[in-house]
Amino acid sequence: MTAQLSSGTAACPGCIAAPAEPARPVPEDVQIALSLPGIHCSACIANVERALNAHPGVEDARVNLTLKRAMVKAAAETHAADLIPVLERAGYEAHELDPGALSATQSDKAGRDLLMRLAVAGFASMNVMLLSVSVWSGATDATRDLFHWISAAIALPAIAFSAQPFFANAWSALRVKRLNMDVPIVLAILLALVTSLWETALSGEHAYFDAALTLTFFLLAGRYLDYRTRAAARSAAEELTALEVPRAIRLVDGAEEEVSVASLAVGDLILVRPGGRMPVDGEIVSGKSELDRSLLTGETLPVFAEAGLAVSAGEVNLTGPLTIRTTAVGEDTSLHRMADLVAIAESGRSRYTSLADKAAKLYAPGVHILSALSFLGWYIYSGDIRTALNIAAAVLIITCPCALGLAVPAVTTAASGRLFRKGMLIKHSTALERLAEVDTVVFDKTGTLTSGTPELTNLEDHSRADLEIALALAEASSHPLSVSLAKSTRDAGIKPARLEDVVEVPGYGTEGTYRGQRVRLGRAGWTGATEGDQTAAWLAVTGQSPVAFLFSDSLRPGAAEAVQAFRDGGKSVVLISGDTRGAVQTLADKLGIETWIAEALPQDKATHVQKLSDQGRHVLMVGDGLNDTAALAAAHVSISPASALDAARVASDIVLLGNDLTPIADAGDTAVKATKRIRENFRIATVYNIIAVPLAVAGFATPLIAALAMSTSSITVSLNALRLR
Amino acid sequence: MEVLAYLIPISLFLGGVGLVAFIYTVRSNQYDDPEGDARRILSDEWDDKPKS
Repeated sequence: MTAQLSSGTAACPGCIAAPAEPARPVPEDVQIALSLPGIHCSACIANVERALNAHPGVEDARVNLTLKRAMVKAAAETHAADLIPVLERAGYEAHELDPGALSATQSDKAGRDLLMRLAVAGFASMNVMLLSVSVWSGATDATRDLFHWISAAIALPAIAFSAQPFFANAWSALRVKRLNMDVPIVLAILLALVTSLWETALSGEHAYFDAALTLTFFLLAGRYLDYRTRAAARSAAEELTALEVPRAIRLVDGAEEEVSVASLAVGDLILVRPGGRMPVDGEIVSGKSELDRSLLTGETLPVFAEAGLAVSAGEVNLTGPLTIRTTAVGEDTSLHRMADLVAIAESGRSRYTSLADKAAKLYAPGVHILSALSFLGWYIYSGDIRTALNIAAAVLIITCPCALGLAVPAVTTAASGRLFRKGMLIKHSTALERLAEVDTVVFDKTGTLTSGTPELTNLEDHSRADLEIALALAEASSHPLSVSLAKSTRDAGIKPARLEDVVEVPGYGTEGTYRGQRVRLGRAGWTGATEGDQTAAWLAVTGQSPVAFLFSDSLRPGAAEAVQAFRDGGKSVVLISGDTRGAVQTLADKLGIETWIAEALPQDKATHVQKLSDQGRHVLMVGDGLNDTAALAAAHVSISPASALDAARVASDIVLLGNDLTPIADAGDTAVKATKRIRENFRIATVYNIIAVPLAVAGFATPLIAALAMSTSSITVSLNALRLR
Repeated sequence: MEVLAYLIPISLFLGGVGLVAFIYTVRSNQYDDPEGDARRILSDEWDDKPKS
């Protein structure tokens, strides 16, 4: 990935400097990054690469299956928007990612750094272990001393390099007079080194160089796993966030200029094209259109918009271009106020302490006390500071949290790997633990349980002639209802009627002439009909009463299965939506959800979730809109689909990459299993300590026993975690 | 025991070689896509010459 990214410049660093080269405009290649949540096999790799490489302009495409991502090097005029349909035809879902955010491989530098330290610790411990085994199998006198000295020569620099993360963490904790897991680790490593050096200098029998190194190695392995899981989630989440480039078209003396949203001021005139999203709050100055407010309020019915109507940032303009006078920018927009709600709700989230922290809180002081006590005890009993120090070191080494350090990351790595393969991204490190406790699931309707695209419901009610006219009119417009109407009538085998003078009237509908008569397809008021409470487009033929084409929001794939799975699992399912009662009730009945709330304001959603939490419930919130963000943040744990607004994705712990909702229910199961494994791992680690600690305190622990206890406990814990796959 | 004079340097050297080889693989991004690489070897597409 990095190599591809840098190859554009690194391939020819000299070219830039070469003065002889005339300044000739070379068409620069662009990097396009695509997220492919659906790929899973070698055939997928081949198909995606073949499809992309066959596209004109694409120079090189490479799929990364681990990250479910494709990097495309292409000529400058190629856009991700051209490539996504290509992949969709090949049968793969694709989303654009911002390559700019991807090039933030600086974060990967930290991972590579950890890996290097891990490697050094690993190779050093192998060599030292080789020497230690010879000592344990009977090397004596000068040979043993020589082996110990060589071990010291390897161990000291190796630990100085590879244990640095622990030193740094422990120091930052000690500086603020706190204890964390790293303090006993550092103490054990340092004490082991000091006593071993001392023993070696006095040509003693026991040296713990191998223990200090294996300890570092296992702990680094845990750190690395932990880091990798979080880094993968973090970078992917950042990429998704970077999807929405905040730009707006400002009108200055009638001329259009593209500016960043941040530079807009109150009073600016901006142009919002059909399909565009309102960048700021404002008032419509000219133009007629319809607005889709579903992301803000959950309403599916588009709102008619004309001059004088106030618009909020985040609404989508559907049919005609609109000129807007800005009334609020930046922090004053309704979008931003929504984000403030999130900040308030989120402060409640930090109360959760992870299992690992709970364990560390018990563990860290316990180990110190135990080791200090054995030092004191032995010093009083034998009066020999060397024996006492040796035993204290042995206690610290044996109790050292190798298994504890691996217990959580090994399981979370396995679990998030499993969920990632199903298309879910764990953003928060404790999300799985919290997900396992969930007993109530709150769903948002529009865009979450439903896909947000309308579906024609009463095709059979219409005569063929009407359908032919409707299709002809619908094809002249890109309004979502028209698109859906055209698609379902075409699918039913209807051919469009021959119309003349077809024009789209922004904000109202389309109009044409059929056999000398005026025909219209559009809003109720415009076609002479009275508005009902269901989403509808009306067809009016002069001389006939208008007929309604009714639409309902189509269910997202897997929505029914996910709801069913949660209900089967004994969780209560609640539907809260900002949409009208009728629409919400229909969906609730369809999915068998008993508790539902309609016409909820964003604050209502959050308060309801809060109320459930106050009753002692652990709420999982699944939502995608801005109106859900506060509720997402207030919930115990939250999930949002990749199609959600970035504010919603930021507020949620888990992002669903694909279109299908089924993985949500699986995620619940995986989380429960993962938490069970974590607890098992803690138990395993405790059992090892219960057996080994008395030996150490009694002074029977040799470096061999320490090495055995440490390795077996770490390996059992890792194997136990792997069972989750 | 004179054999140790050879064996210890040899073992240390071999360990060093392993470490250097590992560092090389990390630096050349060979762990970026372990899952994909494992499956790519099954594809016939680049059997004759490596993908440049």
